[in-house]
Amino acid sequence: MRFSFEVLVSLKPGLSDPQGKAVASALPALGWTNVSGVRVGKHIALEVEASDEAAARAQVEEMAARLLSNPVIEEYRILEAEEA
Amino acid sequence: MTDGVPRIGVITFPGSLDDRDAQRAATFMGAEAVPLWHADHDLRGVDAVVLPGGFSYGDYLRCGAIARFAAVMDEVRAFAERGGPVLGICNGFQILCESGLLHGALIRNRSLRFVCRDVFLRVETSLSVVTSELTAGETVEIPVKHGEGQFVARQDELRQIDDEGLVVFRYSSADGVTDDTHDPNGSIEHIAGIRNARGNVVGLMPHPEHAVDPDVGPTGGQPLFASLLAAAMAGAGA
Amino acid sequence: MTGPEEPLYRQLGLKDDEYDRIVETLGREPRPAELAMYGAMWSEHCSYKSSKIHLKTLPTDGPAVLVGPGQDAGAVDIGDGLAVVFKMESHSHPSAIEPYQGAATGVGGIVRDIISMGARPVALLDPLMFGPLTDERNRWLLEGVVAGIGGYGNCIGVPTVGGEIHFAEPHSQNPTVDVMCVGLARADKLATSQSLTANVGSLMVLYGAATGRDGIGGVSVLASATLDESSEESRPAVQIGDPFAEKLLIEASLELIDLGLLEGLQDLGGAGITCAVSESAARAGMGARLDLDAVPLREAGMAAFEILTSESQERMLAIVHPSRLADVDAVCARWGLTIAVIAELIEGGGLTVTLAGETVAEVPARSLADEGPEYDRPIAPPDDAALGGASDDPALLPFDKDLREAFFAVLTSPNVASKRWVFEQYDSIVQGQTVAGAGSDAALVRVPDSLKAIALSSDGKGRYGALDPYLGAAHAVAEAARNVAVTGATPLAITNCLNFGNPERPVVMWQFSESIRGIRDACLAFETPVTGGNVSFYNESADSAIWPTPVIGMLGLLQDHRLRVPTGFPRPGLAVYLLGETLPEIGGSEFAEAVLGVVAGRPPRLDLGRESALLRFLQRAASETLLASGHDCGDGGIAIALAEAAIEGAHGFAVTVPGDLPGHVALFSESASRAIVSMAPEHEERVAALAVEHGVPIARIGETGGPRVLFDGLFETTVDELREAYETAIPRLLGEPV
Repeated sequence: MRFSFEVLVSLKPGLSDPQGKAVASALPALGWTNVSGVRVGKHIALEVEASDEAAARAQVEEMAARLLSNPVIEEYRILEAEEA
Repeated sequence: MTDGVPRIGVITFPGSLDDRDAQRAATFMGAEAVPLWHADHDLRGVDAVVLPGGFSYGDYLRCGAIARFAAVMDEVRAFAERGGPVLGICNGFQILCESGLLHGALIRNRSLRFVCRDVFLRVETSLSVVTSELTAGETVEIPVKHGEGQFVARQDELRQIDDEGLVVFRYSSADGVTDDTHDPNGSIEHIAGIRNARGNVVGLMPHPEHAVDPDVGPTGGQPLFASLLAAAMAGAGA
Repeated sequence: MTGPEEPLYRQLGLKDDEYDRIVETLGREPRPAELAMYGAMWSEHCSYKSSKIHLKTLPTDGPAVLVGPGQDAGAVDIGDGLAVVFKMESHSHPSAIEPYQGAATGVGGIVRDIISMGARPVALLDPLMFGPLTDERNRWLLEGVVAGIGGYGNCIGVPTVGGEIHFAEPHSQNPTVDVMCVGLARADKLATSQSLTANVGSLMVLYGAATGRDGIGGVSVLASATLDESSEESRPAVQIGDPFAEKLLIEASLELIDLGLLEGLQDLGGAGITCAVSESAARAGMGARLDLDAVPLREAGMAAFEILTSESQERMLAIVHPSRLADVDAVCARWGLTIAVIAELIEGGGLTVTLAGETVAEVPARSLADEGPEYDRPIAPPDDAALGGASDDPALLPFDKDLREAFFAVLTSPNVASKRWVFEQYDSIVQGQTVAGAGSDAALVRVPDSLKAIALSSDGKGRYGALDPYLGAAHAVAEAARNVAVTGATPLAITNCLNFGNPERPVVMWQFSESIRGIRDACLAFETPVTGGNVSFYNESADSAIWPTPVIGMLGLLQDHRLRVPTGFPRPGLAVYLLGETLPEIGGSEFAEAVLGVVAGRPPRLDLGRESALLRFLQRAASETLLASGHDCGDGGIAIALAEAAIEGAHGFAVTVPGDLPGHVALFSESASRAIVSMAPEHEERVAALAVEHGVPIARIGETGGPRVLFDGLFETTVDELREAYETAIPRLLGEPV
């Protein structure tokens, strides 16, 4: 069976986020002065062929930890799986 | 113009790096370089505008994505609409694309790495403000230095670009042969620079401002600046 | 190591006697925040406690030296009212964990040292050392470090014009990442504690990025008492660099200096606010009242010790007279930076720190900044007197392999092969003044609106150092000077980065003190004083320590850049000469390692008098425009020097290697004080006479011309074959398409 996943990768909390800072600084000039806490990360979509969802998710966990994110500075979140 | 000397404006955005280099090149080629500030609604009566290379806003979010909303861009748009010569170099090209003043977009180099080296460009048309002094088929040697220079465009945009002859430069060999070996970033159809329909707005990834001084490199940028100065003097944007 | 029963001061890295000194100085037990401040300021990294006693023996004076060691960077007068500000620093430990950000923040740190002197950064060089590329982790480290140096350096508009990369097994666990930055300033606008005067009542203004919990690592033991739910992750071991913020910092800082708005300027690096405030106050001969509530924070609920020792990047501290504060604010605001008045200079020498109305620290500023411990650690040479003795001399080993094959093995060894894969990832042309970059023995950067160019070279000889630390260090200085002189420039002064293992091991301290001796002797001989530098200790893990690797950053001056001597053979029909004497010296050579598989023997001897003579000759010949090209003989000996000149210039040659040494020894001996030069036939006589005058041995060995490369009687090949092998070696090792 094929399952589709979305993995969100972001900088660990506590780390400085230059991109988030730049975006947050640009918004007020465009008229939005009520925005804070901007963090910029990556969104990765993929499909995995596996026997069941648990197996697929376990593999995505491993891929996320080993390749999709840099555990030294990033953390990841796996969103709901869907059967593709 | 001041006493027959064309005034070339160079915009500094936060993070612009080759702004001083563009000013120096304009001066070297006989123009008066006028520094312009991103936050001012003022082009100070210049005859041509250069959006220089660099990393405006750190290239954060997307290259040129934040700079395109700078105050001065209102004036640049109006200047371009009046037919004024506008040259976007590297990050400047990216800003012009993000602003919709030029077709297409620039994404990460196919090699996924920054590349700094001299390349050859084949001139595709003399119908632009930076190629009026050149003829189609000629090649010029100019350095590139970028990590996000791969030109891409939607299919329909690409058709329009080809139909209207909007390509100004392609990456090539010294003899004008275009192929993957001579393309530093994998741009579609080896496109290094394009113009708008009118030919007064041009964007290119290579850096002509770093190719005017023989002491530090090739001089393939001289005819580009000569063309720009000629367009500025013609006062098309007045 | 330390355990939960250990006293707090020990957990912070302080020794018993250091603690006693603190108690004695304060006249009481220290508060936790005070201990954190001492722990940071008296650490090896900040106080140089193991190295100071040796560093003091280095020559630091010279007629052109404007600022010697002790300030944020050194400065040298280059005439016309101009000064060159330069320094080298290491960031090896963070790079081993996160290569991109470790290297990036290393660049950020050294650039801030340069701007804090009021100089505009105009060049970067990166001498790097990794383990062999056959190991995946070393490839990962190389790729990350190069991407990080490029990612940061390219984004701030400072060209990376030179550097070097060496590969050695001992660096497998411990990459060496050193970065050198060079800046230009008007000599009368240098921002030093001598040139700027601070006043009582003047304000200490923090500008740049907000302060988070970055880099407080070891100090975090204090957190167990105060923070509960915050775990490891809120106290990051790695800092993220923001080159955009750094670019704004550069422009704002230089504008502040230019407008004469400051009474002092310092960058924040190791030990963060504690270091910047205590050092600035101590230098001004005053104390300070520091209010931590005024520090802009990135994280909520930060404790005093965290704010005090945070190593968040891209922050500067300015000393501002109250009457100029509004002007300073205006300049910073223009560049999108907010300012925060965090302290005030006061009479006396006391540093008082408050948070939320409470006094958290009261410490004499000088005690933190200047009165750190100074150790005279035990020294002991290794039992077997280093790796090499005369009996190990590789020249004694039989060699009957194919010479042509051996040559290509040396040419394609990672230490020798083209580093184009690396340097094309760096912007080497921004600012439009790079007359010569990678490919040249020394980078040449023009001084704007002038004919002058500064010459820059960074060199380390770790393999020689492994065999003899004294010689390894002296050779590094000699090679750096030779690289500068061969372009026609005059060597002026050096900065250095001293990379060593654990100083608590007597053999490492022996290597260190021997290296210092070597640097000292060479610098005295070449009249190139030391203007400052950095020491990086503890570059070792359980099973290996790096070779003693002092890296030298040489600054030279070329009065007229049009007279520069290029590296490559520029045309056919030129006479090729070998300067210097070739002795049978392949100990510690690239040939010995790459072909014979050994690192053994004695490094080549170094006659400082002969080397000085060569340096003077090269400058003189260049000034009389006698030379068409010049290239120093280094790794791989004459064979590689000739090959590189042919590849760089795209012209072949035919030479007969002089003397009657065995072929492999003649080609690959790494005897010092040698160079390959080419010249038009009409200059040969004058060059020969000059050589005699300077006491430099000289021999005509052949001519340039044609696509062929001939080592007469030994082997031949072509320029195209040379180039193909030289350029594809590193990409192949990295699995890249070639």
